Amino acid sequence: MRVSTTCPYCGVGCGVIATHDGQMLTGVEGDRDHPANFGRLCVKGSALAETLGHHGRLTRPRVDGVEVDWDTALSTVAERLRATQAAHGRESVAGYLSGQLLTEDYYVANKLFKGFLGTPHLDTNSRLCMASAVASYKRAFGADAVPCNYEDLEEAELVVLVGSNLAWNHPVLYQRLRSAKQRNPLLRVVVIDPRVTDTCEIADLYLGIRPGSDARLFNGLLAFMAERGRLDRVYLERHTQGIDDALTAAREDDCSIEAIAADCDVAPERLETFFYWFASQLHVVTLYSQGINQSSSGTDKCNAITNCHLAGGKLGLPGAGPFSITGQPNAMGGREVGGLANQLAAHMDYHTPGAIDRVTRFWTTDTLTPSLPDGPGHKAVELFDAIGRGEIRALWIMATNPGVSLPDVNRVRRILAACPLVIVSECMANADILQYADIVLPASSWSEKDGTVTNSERRISRQRGLLAPPGEARHDWWIISQVANRLGFAEAFAYTHPGEIFDEHARLTGFENESGNRLFDISGLVGLDRAAYDALKSIQWPVNALAPKGTARLFTDGRFATPDGRARLIAVRPRGPQQSLSAARPLRLNTGRVRDQWHTMTRTARSPRLMNHRSEPFIEVHPQDADDLHLQDQQLARLEGAGGDYLGRVRVSNAMRRGEVFVPMHWNDSFSGRARMGGLLAAHVDPLSGQPESKHGAVSLAPLMPGWEATLVLADGADCEPDWRDESAYWAYIPLAHCQRWQLAGGDAHRDWLDWANANLPGEPALWAEDVASGRLRAAGFIKGRLSWWLMVGSPAELPALHWLDERFAEAAAGEALPSDLRRRLLAGCAAGEADSGPTVCSCHQVGQKAIIEAIRAGDSSVEALGARLACGTQCGSCIPELKSLIEEETARAVTGEALESEAV
Amino acid sequence: MQPHEHLLIVGNGMAGHRLLEALLKHEHRPRRISVIGDERTPAYNRILLSGWLAGETTREALTLRDAGWYAEQGVELILGERVSEIDRGRQRVITDGGHELGYDRLVLATGSRPAMPDVPGIELSGVQGFRDLDDAKSLTRASQSGRRAVVVGGGLLGLEAAEGLRKRGMQVTLLQRGERLMNRQLDSTAAELLRRELRRRGLDIVTNARLASLEDDGHGHVRAVHLEDGRRFAADCVVIAAGIAPNAELGKQAWLASHHGVTVDAWLTTSDPTIHALGECCEFQGQTYGLVEPIWRQVEVLAAHLCGEPGDGYVERPSASKLKVSGISLYAFGPTEPESGHEVLTYHDPQHGDYRRLLLRDNRIIGAVLYGDTAFGPWYFEQSLTGRDLGACRQALLFGAGDAKPLLEEAA
Repeated sequence: MRVSTTCPYCGVGCGVIATHDGQMLTGVEGDRDHPANFGRLCVKGSALAETLGHHGRLTRPRVDGVEVDWDTALSTVAERLRATQAAHGRESVAGYLSGQLLTEDYYVANKLFKGFLGTPHLDTNSRLCMASAVASYKRAFGADAVPCNYEDLEEAELVVLVGSNLAWNHPVLYQRLRSAKQRNPLLRVVVIDPRVTDTCEIADLYLGIRPGSDARLFNGLLAFMAERGRLDRVYLERHTQGIDDALTAAREDDCSIEAIAADCDVAPERLETFFYWFASQLHVVTLYSQGINQSSSGTDKCNAITNCHLAGGKLGLPGAGPFSITGQPNAMGGREVGGLANQLAAHMDYHTPGAIDRVTRFWTTDTLTPSLPDGPGHKAVELFDAIGRGEIRALWIMATNPGVSLPDVNRVRRILAACPLVIVSECMANADILQYADIVLPASSWSEKDGTVTNSERRISRQRGLLAPPGEARHDWWIISQVANRLGFAEAFAYTHPGEIFDEHARLTGFENESGNRLFDISGLVGLDRAAYDALKSIQWPVNALAPKGTARLFTDGRFATPDGRARLIAVRPRGPQQSLSAARPLRLNTGRVRDQWHTMTRTARSPRLMNHRSEPFIEVHPQDADDLHLQDQQLARLEGAGGDYLGRVRVSNAMRRGEVFVPMHWNDSFSGRARMGGLLAAHVDPLSGQPESKHGAVSLAPLMPGWEATLVLADGADCEPDWRDESAYWAYIPLAHCQRWQLAGGDAHRDWLDWANANLPGEPALWAEDVASGRLRAAGFIKGRLSWWLMVGSPAELPALHWLDERFAEAAAGEALPSDLRRRLLAGCAAGEADSGPTVCSCHQVGQKAIIEAIRAGDSSVEALGARLACGTQCGSCIPELKSLIEEETARAVTGEALESEAV
Repeated sequence: MQPHEHLLIVGNGMAGHRLLEALLKHEHRPRRISVIGDERTPAYNRILLSGWLAGETTREALTLRDAGWYAEQGVELILGERVSEIDRGRQRVITDGGHELGYDRLVLATGSRPAMPDVPGIELSGVQGFRDLDDAKSLTRASQSGRRAVVVGGGLLGLEAAEGLRKRGMQVTLLQRGERLMNRQLDSTAAELLRRELRRRGLDIVTNARLASLEDDGHGHVRAVHLEDGRRFAADCVVIAAGIAPNAELGKQAWLASHHGVTVDAWLTTSDPTIHALGECCEFQGQTYGLVEPIWRQVEVLAAHLCGEPGDGYVERPSASKLKVSGISLYAFGPTEPESGHEVLTYHDPQHGDYRRLLLRDNRIIGAVLYGDTAFGPWYFEQSLTGRDLGACRQALLFGAGDAKPLLEEAA
């Protein structure tokens, strides 16, 4: 069966054709008809099929560590939520959602928490992703509305990528831009990023600015445009407000190219080139992402960018506009239903006149009246502060791990541990958030879930349920609705299918919106029956009577969603990061994704090829900083920051600026001992958006000097506890296809490893190689003749590529014994370095049978000739009889071969 | 020496024969070459004797050249006669068959014989060495008539004889004076692996065995072997393989300078400039020989010298020992025990019968013991001879040349 669905990873929202046999997914390919990707897929998307399978999934609900049936689990959730609210008030319960949820899940959760539990404290991990972009769009346009679409990237004359490593984080969009550039050599690309990323490969101009200087840069650009007469006075006059204030603010700093270049730490010539290009082109797209958003002044940075577009009238046209691209597959869907704590529902905020009343009426049933809060709830970081203060006493987390992603994450974990009630809806059994859960609810996952997502260009696509969830895993909308039923809200949550939820959501967007004041309007999708919902083709909102086929581009008429219809330029006064550098923490910490991993790796780490790219937590450092700190490439090192430390492997990289380090955001307790980047960050947030300042940590860096390093490769399902996690200073868990790799380091230099293996690993060491003086050891153990483990003590730089060993573990898992030639290669861990020359014939000169046969075939017909070529038989001569018989055999074979050939003719 | 002169080679063993082959290829070979051998057959490959004893190779396989070949090459071949005297004054030799032959140049390639321990009963019948075709034949006969054999000596030759007799169906006890087998080549781990494997095959191996006497069956034939500690081992035949003694008597009688062997200089010339000695009968700088590798190098030096070519003389070089006893491969060189300053690298796979141990000093290989998988022995040996710094490939050194070379190349 081939079914079209949507990829669950980044905000590009690619269409995927999934092939399945009803039991499992057999393959994925890009959907050629999907307008987001036209058939392309990135490495993560292509590996989707490898990340599925029932092993490692959560399949049974748990209450207080005990597996229970669903009825018990749901009733317990309802009872405890009710009891918490009864004792501590409505606002004592909170939810923390995720851009991984489908719109329908999100809608039901938002309706339950804000509408019926009556608590405003429902926020989402999208807060960490693009809350600043949301806040800035609202300030500038009056609505959280991305004006552009993906085609604009292809139609632009200039594409500016700011704070976006598009090549790694939105690879398909990057490929589209790259192809567009090939088709149109006049299309220029500017990359603005403190790091030289893979995205720079297509850059015509690169500005490696000082982290956090973005607002200064774009303020400077605004001033430059004004100075050079490049403002679109007519556009500003007709469609905007605030240019004067914005310009005044921009001009408070020295607006000379030199001064701006100095503040941004880039070459003035390059800066001026960028300014000139931007000012002189109309069709400019500025695409920005977390590099802009994750800042304590992220909203201002976004507006500084939008100011330049408004000032130049570079908006509402093909190939123009400020374009925020989201990280998650349904960050947009979450925004649309009101999943952020400062939103109410359907792009209505608490302060939107009449909104509370309107939503209350919409959600009212025959017997139930919702009890909406009066005002916004706590945004993510504040939410956990409130839990820490004991104001919030129950938290329901769905599809995310705030114990990894939030700043000051070790404090967050302490707060979670102390929170009286933590409910976690989760797919994977190894998610390290589960240790804090009082109630665990097994949720369905991609390929099982059914609903819609909205990508970064406002395109709503169906994610289709193809397979049954494993065990007792259930869909999130079902779980939430069932809890609502048990809380007495059955009438408002009587959903039997996500299509019904979508319909209600679509109706709400059009409810009392005849004037079109609320830009987010998909009333055109109201009334889809099951078949129509199932067949829904992707479509860009707004979708309504005026635009029944959707809307590719917003604000084409220059009319915005503000009360007066004018866009606002915002006076921006650049502010630096709040996490300040000091002698104790002199390095600027940047954080981000790697190409092949997704979030906390619960899914992507299941694909060995995705683990290949970056197998361990790492720290990227400028070569000079590495020198100063006496750090070698691939050495283990320790970062220390405001809320904790981080151990990872050093990658010395010219891509880094001096004084700055980069760490990946993905690693957590399931995959490494101490590599949570969130622990390095102090919890500073943007005052408007509440988005944490995750790109601007302050850290110190020092080498870790372990007494030993070791690599353990263990058969999957090996019967042993990974005690080495507790006894190692550093550990990283790296799943391979048929076995698991553990990278370890510790302080005890003189461990007897064979003793250790005997005590800790399943199966005694059967073969081992030791070089005591250099501290090297390799060993392997077997159980009943099957390979059980492989150990190497020594620098991991000496590791062979592990695919060969992985094959041996696959054979062992299939019950095959290790053939003797492979056994001899086992400790080397790879195929023979030189071509295998077959069984030894001449012992003196160690000449193998294969080499001899080759020589005979090449014309050596006597022992002497073989001796002259290969030296075989020239010493003790004991192999001469064998040489002679080989010559005879080969000659005979050659004759037969010829005969056969002539017969065949 | 002028090429037209007459060269006489005494001894048609492996050294003498290889010299002959080398000379015949030479443009300036001596005009006349004569060979006298005391065995009745033309030269054969002595190294294959154990395989023949074990029934693994045919007699034919041992043959190097048949008698007709000598005639074709114009070489005068006298077999079955032993030279009994050298008359240096007249430059003639006299054989026990009454032949007298003149020479312009004489090469002594008389080989060696088993060193017989000085114990009572050593002269009994059924007590013998294992050096030549006759020895092998008589052992084959012994295996057909008797049931029990005792082999004295746990070195290379003794092990091969023991294994050959075992394969012939005899119950074999191997007596080793030292604590371990092949104590001059192997460390204790390899020796233990070897002992375990041979025991598994059915050899009875006794270490720390000091020979006291051989017991007469009353008819002048051996019946048992007695050790100093009182143990007795019944024996229908006894093979003595406890070292060799150079056959240097002929030279000594002719008053050539000698010690254990006939003393030679770097051109294999004895104290008489017309007489050379080669192989197991000679002694160079106090060293006598038992392995082919240095002897082959002596052959090259002497052949060139006899053909009037200048060249570098023979120099003593370390050599590696190899042993192949029916599938057990061994390769060793250098010290058997680590000395101070040595670092030890080991590879163990006891179930599979693989063991390697390298001794390193300053990342240079000083010695190696390889048991089982010996494929990279010669490469280790070559690295040892050249004294190459292997620090760059140390991590892969135990896994062999194929793994080590790329690392060396990368580092270079």
